[in-house]
Amino acid sequence: MELRNTLLTQRHITLGARMMPFAGFNMPVSYSTITEEHLTVRQSCGVFDVSHMGEFIVRGVEATQFLLHVLSNDVSKLSPGEAQYSCIPNNQGGIVDDLLVYRLFQDQCSEGEQAYMLVVNASNIQKDWDWLSSQNTYQAKMIDISDRTALLAVQGPDAAQVLQTMTDVDLDQLGYYTFTKGTVLGKDNVLISATGYTGAGGFELYLDQDHVTVLWDALMDRRVKPMGLGARDTLRLEMGYCLYGNDIDDDTSPLEAGLSWITKLKRDHAFPSKEIFIRQNQEGVNRKLIAFKLDGKRVPRHGYQINDHGDNQIGAVTSGTMSPSLGYPIGMGYVLKKYAVLGETIQIKMGKKYYPAEIVKAPFYKS
Amino acid sequence: MNIPSELRYTKDHEWVRVEDNFAYVGITDFAQSELGELVYVEVDTLGDEVSEGDVFGTVEAVKTTSDLFMPIDGKVLEFNDELNEDEVDNPGAINEDPYGKGWIVKILITNKDQIEGLLTSEAYAELIS
Repeated sequence: MELRNTLLTQRHITLGARMMPFAGFNMPVSYSTITEEHLTVRQSCGVFDVSHMGEFIVRGVEATQFLLHVLSNDVSKLSPGEAQYSCIPNNQGGIVDDLLVYRLFQDQCSEGEQAYMLVVNASNIQKDWDWLSSQNTYQAKMIDISDRTALLAVQGPDAAQVLQTMTDVDLDQLGYYTFTKGTVLGKDNVLISATGYTGAGGFELYLDQDHVTVLWDALMDRRVKPMGLGARDTLRLEMGYCLYGNDIDDDTSPLEAGLSWITKLKRDHAFPSKEIFIRQNQEGVNRKLIAFKLDGKRVPRHGYQINDHGDNQIGAVTSGTMSPSLGYPIGMGYVLKKYAVLGETIQIKMGKKYYPAEIVKAPFYKS
Repeated sequence: MNIPSELRYTKDHEWVRVEDNFAYVGITDFAQSELGELVYVEVDTLGDEVSEGDVFGTVEAVKTTSDLFMPIDGKVLEFNDELNEDEVDNPGAINEDPYGKGWIVKILITNKDQIEGLLTSEAYAELIS
């Protein structure tokens, strides 16, 4: 399959980024080193081109009803200008995708309508679209705006200060998981969202792709460092955030993954797998996603075996890295529930040997 | 991409510098740039006879873990432990100078005939082009 470019791909290459195919897109892994980029985001700020992400508009007089019946979290809690993390459950107790849901302002709507934007993983755009379409028996229209929407994530403690030089929107007034629409560098209709996937604070800017090069160049002029997907992965892992395809997938339950906080079972609306999740909530799950840390330098990777103190396999690693902030290896993985106890030791098989790891509470990194 | 003509290469992106009955082995400039920044090198076969194609060690990059494969039959005599000096772990030498300070192991060659089976710099250049 031909790799797709974002409008910034040529700029990434010119800046000397190491490029890698990701979800069908030619994306930057890093420009300098992952560790340096990672620490820059923790300490000052950096910008990620994440235009490969998917965006769907859902609009109509039953848009809220539709999303109440297809997502795990409760969209009725959202006021216009608020965002929410959620899952799309399948019918087998697994996860089609995880996503952000934005309740858009009423000026996007006719009388009686509601409008939302769903932001989904690039690798799942088609799968999500097909699944959501198959579930949409409501008066709600879905529009895929992925191809014409660019997304820049400006992340880090200095993000507000830098972006404030480019917009009249008062960024300090924008609370976590809220957003507004405003003008940035003279381009109107930019959705500015106080969200991110790094735990470092900052903003995500959704805009018409025609405007993204101007914004990117202005950020470069202001000496904001470009960031690759490598640092995005290490940053999210230090926070214990799940990555779809690694830590969660079609076969993992949100309750196993520690996502019961976005799986609202007490509400009245039926949604796929709700009965399975209620049963898991009552009877307990078989396995749980844990966070763990190791000594030494060997790094746990997706798929590595996890054992108890003997020869019994009790699970497998789903994500792992050398933590740039902490200087030791960290990871996540599923283990049988009785082993998922904070402070307990498990064994990770790396190469031919087993290495002890301690189960800890996420996030690994606390700012 | 730097591919010195005096070295021989493998399709697993390792280089071999033959000196009489011995050889130094490391990873190529292309390999280090693909792996990105390295954090650790482990060689757990010191003193062992290892056959061509078998794993003699592991390199850890931030992003990925990669096995090191023996380019030819040999006995692993020496590990460049400057790569993992305590305090300042420095597998970065592989990133900075993959054909020099970044050498990984010195081996005693078991079967010199196998050297002819290794790639020339031209063949390796073609492989990664």
